[in-house]
Amino acid sequence: MTAQTIPEKTAVERPPAATVGPIAWIRGNLFNTWYNALITVAIAWALISWLPGLIDWAFVDAVWGRAAPEACKAAEGACWAFIREKYRLILFGTYPYEEQWRPLASILIFVTLVAASGYRKFWSRKLVYVWGAALLLICLLMWGGVFGLPLVETRLWGGLMITLVLSVFGCGIAFPIAVLLALGRRSNLPIIKALSVTYIELIRGVPLVTLLFMASVMIPLFLPEGLNINKLLRAQIAIIMFAAAYLAEVVRGGLQAIPKGQYEAADALGLGYWQKMRLIILPQALKISIPSTVNSFLSTLKDTSLVVIIGIFDLMLATRAALNDAPWRTYFAEAYVFAALVYFVFCFAISRYSQWLERYLGRGAHR
Amino acid sequence: MTDTSRRPGTSAPDGTPPRRSMLNDAGVRAVLFQIIAMAIVIAIGWYLVGNTLHNLATRNIQTGFDYLSREAGFAIGETLIPYNATDTYARALWVGVINTLKVSLIGIVFAMLIGVVIGVARLSSNWLLAKLATIYVETLRNIPVLLQLFFWYGLITEVLPAPRQALQPIEGVFLSNRGFKMPAPADHPAWWGALIALIVAILAVRFLLARARRIQAATGDRPKTLIPSLALLIGLPVAAWAVMGAPLALDMPELRGFNFQGGISVSPEFAALTLGLTLYTAAFIAETVRSGIQAVGKGQWEAAAALGLKPGVTMRLIILPQALRVIVPPTTSQFLNLTKNSSLAVAIGYPDIVSVANTTLNQTGQAIENIALIMLAYLTVSLSISAFMNWYNKRIALVER
Repeated sequence: MTAQTIPEKTAVERPPAATVGPIAWIRGNLFNTWYNALITVAIAWALISWLPGLIDWAFVDAVWGRAAPEACKAAEGACWAFIREKYRLILFGTYPYEEQWRPLASILIFVTLVAASGYRKFWSRKLVYVWGAALLLICLLMWGGVFGLPLVETRLWGGLMITLVLSVFGCGIAFPIAVLLALGRRSNLPIIKALSVTYIELIRGVPLVTLLFMASVMIPLFLPEGLNINKLLRAQIAIIMFAAAYLAEVVRGGLQAIPKGQYEAADALGLGYWQKMRLIILPQALKISIPSTVNSFLSTLKDTSLVVIIGIFDLMLATRAALNDAPWRTYFAEAYVFAALVYFVFCFAISRYSQWLERYLGRGAHR
Repeated sequence: MTDTSRRPGTSAPDGTPPRRSMLNDAGVRAVLFQIIAMAIVIAIGWYLVGNTLHNLATRNIQTGFDYLSREAGFAIGETLIPYNATDTYARALWVGVINTLKVSLIGIVFAMLIGVVIGVARLSSNWLLAKLATIYVETLRNIPVLLQLFFWYGLITEVLPAPRQALQPIEGVFLSNRGFKMPAPADHPAWWGALIALIVAILAVRFLLARARRIQAATGDRPKTLIPSLALLIGLPVAAWAVMGAPLALDMPELRGFNFQGGISVSPEFAALTLGLTLYTAAFIAETVRSGIQAVGKGQWEAAAALGLKPGVTMRLIILPQALRVIVPPTTSQFLNLTKNSSLAVAIGYPDIVSVANTTLNQTGQAIENIALIMLAYLTVSLSISAFMNWYNKRIALVER
């Protein structure tokens, strides 16, 4: 090949196919193969035929603000007026109307605390005291009866607060029990091990609904005559028992991931069992299992909705109660979308946090 | 790693017996500790049983399983085995167990199918498809399944018209607030013949695949199996059906009075439960499928491409067998979750075991026996599913030297 064979004309060669810019992006991500092109067209067609209708229903033709049920009947779209009318019932249940700032304040304290606990910066012993103080404050706010706050019995509590109470206390109390169960399961004392395994497998093998039934009909039978635990507490016990079994397996996973050398090193130092666990093994095991623990909290939050079945007035049942009002009966979709949105905000935040945490904690592992 | 909590210092290094009290001896302490634990458990159990017996006596609640042979006296909306209100409680509970199994089985099959599709779609190079799959997974995973069940149930019972104005998307298929109706082939031996032929065809295909594998192992050439397999699977049943008389009569649903008669019917409760459980569990299965496929190293794809394998073959022969090892254990838990979540049927009125046992409990007051029966049923199902999946897992697990 000599230089002459390259004619000057090649300068008018077509420009290379674009590799940047929107057209290239569309070509690369939507039409890169014939079947992808087909899929893209099919999805686009489906979206074009469904999305406008959905948007019209949810926004354009919807009834916003305050409106009578008749106005909703006349409109074609969603009836958000129903939510406007009932949001207090859905969020606060039958808590006295005048006092609803109290559950609202408690919810805000809860959310702030949980959010703050997520930051590495705040992970210290102080956090435990802050939690203790805050829970005391929440109890004070919710029950009242002192400082001029009227007393509100738990049977009047309801809505989002119940959901949060059940899940936060459920996980909080279940966690130490879970750690003990996990240690028991890994113990080489046969009786302790057998007890832990039986508990974990029995609870994990049955649905939460069964435990809730058990809590609602059997706990009264178990207790001595005259002693009556209220319904909310019984449901809480069932949720704690359930969450503990699942968390125990998460913690066990963490324990199994600790290399044998760590145990041997602790033994070599002459540490006793509890010292070894508290100072060497558990801190590492719990750190490894934090992301799965957070996921476990997420499922507990969702599972609290099952207390509907035994008639506890949580967010879910409050939503159903709002639908019992005859003129609004038909707006079930709006009610469920609203409740779903509330659950989604919490759960999505938790799941994103768990993913972030996994990356954050994994940083040290991938130097 | 199990022996790590053996305590050091049970005897002094120089062999002389340690001068310490019995309480400091690890062996003694272990025994003591266990005796205390056992004693606490027994004491609590004793206390609870004592209370319970006392309460049962004062409230005049009968005990024992005698009630199982008494007449139940309540009707059950849908049954797979013949049942009416004069049958015994035992039979009613058995109907509930079968209904639970039916929902779980159908749910598992559909959840697996949808889950695999969504999981693969999330990895698609098509941006639109991948994003839609992500939205599906994130939305459905983060909303309680009970809420979804209520939503689907509301949709079916409130939005769909009454049977008289039933929607008819395809000739013979009716959608109404009383459920779905589909035409079913009228009873004829030929259909059973076709079913038997299908089973024979599946066995034949298995034999064909085994032979193909043997030939591939021996010679390196894999005989074509796809077309003969499809021919067997479709051809044999059709042939059996045609030979036995090729009946075409269908049992069409007809509007009589206030509801439809004939055909296959799906109740709103069953439809809502299956739909809700399937879509919810599919979101979780999609995630395990995605992570399983992603867990297979990129090098495997590249190596297969270097050997000149087509993407479809690479997926089937190289990626999937490796991904399955990662996918199977978490998917087992999802199957178990679906089965356990089917207990939510009680909230929308589908007569599963929990719902039937709950009715029985309310009628007889025998809480302990009924809840024990529910637990027994679920434990049996859970243990069977895990046993089967463990067997399958062992079969596909990596055999290391």
